[in-house]
Amino acid sequence: MSNVPTITIDGKQIEATPGKTILEVARENGIYIPSLCFYEGTKNPGACRVCAVEVDGARSLVAACVMPISPGMVVKTDTERVKQARKLVVELLWSSGDHNCLTCERNGDCELQDLVYRFGIEKPRFDIDPPGYGIEDTNTMIQRDLNKCILCGRCIRACNEIQINEVLDFSLRGSHAKVGPAFDADYINSECVFCGECVNSCPVGALTFKQARFMGRPWELKKVKTTCPYCGVGCQLDLNIHDGKIVKVTGNREYGQPNLGSLCVKGRFGIDFVNHPSRLKTPLIRIDGELREASWDEAIGYAAQKLGDIKKTHGADSVAGLCSARCTNEENYIFQKFMRAVVGTNNVDHCARL
Amino acid sequence: MAGLAAAFGSGAMTNSIDEIEHTDLILATGTNTTENHPMIGARVKRAVRKNGAKLIVIDPRKIDLVKYATLWLRQKPGTDVAVLNGLMNVIIAEGLHKADYVADRTENFEALAQTVKKYTPEYVEEISGVPADDLRKAARMYAGAKRASLLYAMGITQHITGTDNVKSCANLAMLTGNVGIEGGGVNPLRGQNNVQGACDTGGLPNVFSGYQQVANDEARAKFEKAWNVKLPGKPGLTVVEMTNAAHRGDLKALYIMGENPMLSDPDLHHVEESLKHLELLIVQDIFLNETAELAHIVLPSACFAEKDGTFTNSERRVQRIRKAIEAPGCAKADWEIVAALSTKMGYPMTYGSAKDIMNEINIMTPSYGGIVYDRLDGEGLCWPCPTKDHPGTAFLHKDRFTRGRGLFHAIEYQPPAELPDTEYPYILSTGRVLYHYHTGTMSRKSIGLNERCPESLVEINPSDAQQLAISEGQAVRITSRRGTVSATAKIVETPPPGTVFMNFHFREAAVNLLTNPALDPIGKIPELKVCAVKVEAA
Repeated sequence: MSNVPTITIDGKQIEATPGKTILEVARENGIYIPSLCFYEGTKNPGACRVCAVEVDGARSLVAACVMPISPGMVVKTDTERVKQARKLVVELLWSSGDHNCLTCERNGDCELQDLVYRFGIEKPRFDIDPPGYGIEDTNTMIQRDLNKCILCGRCIRACNEIQINEVLDFSLRGSHAKVGPAFDADYINSECVFCGECVNSCPVGALTFKQARFMGRPWELKKVKTTCPYCGVGCQLDLNIHDGKIVKVTGNREYGQPNLGSLCVKGRFGIDFVNHPSRLKTPLIRIDGELREASWDEAIGYAAQKLGDIKKTHGADSVAGLCSARCTNEENYIFQKFMRAVVGTNNVDHCARL
Repeated sequence: MAGLAAAFGSGAMTNSIDEIEHTDLILATGTNTTENHPMIGARVKRAVRKNGAKLIVIDPRKIDLVKYATLWLRQKPGTDVAVLNGLMNVIIAEGLHKADYVADRTENFEALAQTVKKYTPEYVEEISGVPADDLRKAARMYAGAKRASLLYAMGITQHITGTDNVKSCANLAMLTGNVGIEGGGVNPLRGQNNVQGACDTGGLPNVFSGYQQVANDEARAKFEKAWNVKLPGKPGLTVVEMTNAAHRGDLKALYIMGENPMLSDPDLHHVEESLKHLELLIVQDIFLNETAELAHIVLPSACFAEKDGTFTNSERRVQRIRKAIEAPGCAKADWEIVAALSTKMGYPMTYGSAKDIMNEINIMTPSYGGIVYDRLDGEGLCWPCPTKDHPGTAFLHKDRFTRGRGLFHAIEYQPPAELPDTEYPYILSTGRVLYHYHTGTMSRKSIGLNERCPESLVEINPSDAQQLAISEGQAVRITSRRGTVSATAKIVETPPPGTVFMNFHFREAAVNLLTNPALDPIGKIPELKVCAVKVEAA
């Protein structure tokens, strides 16, 4: 007899790995169950209940994200009872916050909005009653609008279980519950190190990238996968491009190694140097003690002539080159080739030692 | 890198980043990884908090990782060899080493055993200040772990004994059978995005790409044939040697692509004088940095977001960068500029794209043989990856060290080149902070990073601050035999009493005006982690 438990979801027989949850097994088999508080790689809190499913023999609906499968389990994800329960959850979340999609940065990229649309909710049955918090606007990187927070706790788990920065937690109780650093401090006055993992994990518009606000709608942004230019970890990230400019940087958990979608403050918020007005835009040649603008032809011509002259007069070893731990493999390769094959010296190094 | 290459035959991180999260014990020494490689720092923290790994931190500074450590050994700066020898003394004396592994896979064990014999915990305590009992505990813990990953960074290498320090790390890992296994290894964490790749592709004075020696006739013949030119066989000058040669007047021209020695190198007054002696200084960069300000010719480069190419990360993983936007003005990719200059000098380089150059790297570099662009859209590839059907290599030295047998080095402790005295009574140590990167060329132009860290702070232990009558936020003057800088005091328990710490990101408080250019004789790394200074209220 096989040890692999078989369960039934929506009439489909599925062989499943013991220990997995209904949500995991359903998703592995292409069966849709919505979720909000579920966040891969963190403990499932079973908080939002939007993943409710019916299990034969259970007294009430169960949260698929926390219910482990058991052999012979029969699960239904699409009954009227399930639909009504999920709809209620979404209506309650909507009505308890200030979910104004017109100006929200997450419009078009919001998990709550997606569920409202998917469930066909024109308007919640309840009065909309946002809590009336002030918007936190005290730093340049992360904007917090707790009026949009659905208390899913994903940011808390991202902070404590993924980055292990241990800054965020729930405070207060019931309808007063809120998320934030200790003593209700603003991020800038807390131990927060601005890794931005909380923003990446937020399913709604409560946490947004401040510098990207009003710089482009989610569907207008082109994402280009690339490698972070800072330290040696080589984190994979998405540059979000609009109108030829980098608007923001996001992690992508599908990219896997080496960073599994996480980033630090430099990769996430330190890329704006690219747009800095003091970037060099043209070659410069020093004439009478001052650096003056020159064309590429002039600059390359002058460099080639001077290098050639010095090599001829003083020998190839009177010339040296520093390549760079910041440049690409291809560039370092042809730089050392240039020094060795064209100048004729092995005087080539970089700052690996510094 | 020279230390690891001598011990194992290869100078790179032996194991992958992912393995750090899933090992049984992590020994982190000379690496403030949560600030310098935060996403490796997160791995270490997850290993401890989520997966139950033990963590031993050996560091003079009370770094963030100490909060997560099972055991913290706070050695005096520059006493690493003594501490590592002490650990090995205990391991051998108590018979905790992996005798089979040592016999089957390594050589020169007897010499090591002989040398570490005198490094008893009590003797090491005298040198390093680490309590003998803690040393014993750490030795037992490390040797007792099924799999132990040793992490280090510049805190180990930036000493005159840097190569010795690295060899000692390698000794410790081999002694306990931790090299060549999943979750183990000796792992130098690289501080710059492509420092591994710059080494791999021949950006060093003694090797072509793939560490093929320029002095080796066969290797040189291979490149001479491919490049159709006669090549010099004498290894060239290293960074600090170039500065000295320029100072003497032997070096006339320097072509710098994307480096800023005017802030990164030790003893900056000397660097500046040296660069001013040059007949020709060409600087190719994305900003007019401190070095470019002295240049005769400045060439504007495209940055990482404006070109295609590859970087190789700390774990030897080759990954793509992709052109996402246009470069400003008429800035060009560095490879295009080098190719144009080469062509102008009569050696045409006609690459049409970065991919064309990679094709040549594939042919000329055995370890990169199979690393072609078409295979790099997923998680990249870790070298060695010799062929197009090779999956890449997560950890090195599996059944055999690259050099055959792992080589133990018997190493004696030597004190740092410059120690405190009555005139300069404090030790200055240098490094980075989380919010900035290297010489700040990029990070200081970022709004958010400067909001978090707008100025250079000098970290002073509260007991020293009290003695010096310096309070938090006060301006202080730090003076060494080579120069003086001013910075704002941050009174904090992080540095040990008697040691102050500064970062090297700020030109206004350029700590490398103070640092000692004394070099490790083999690795040629300057001793940036220890010099003697005096500290006064400004």
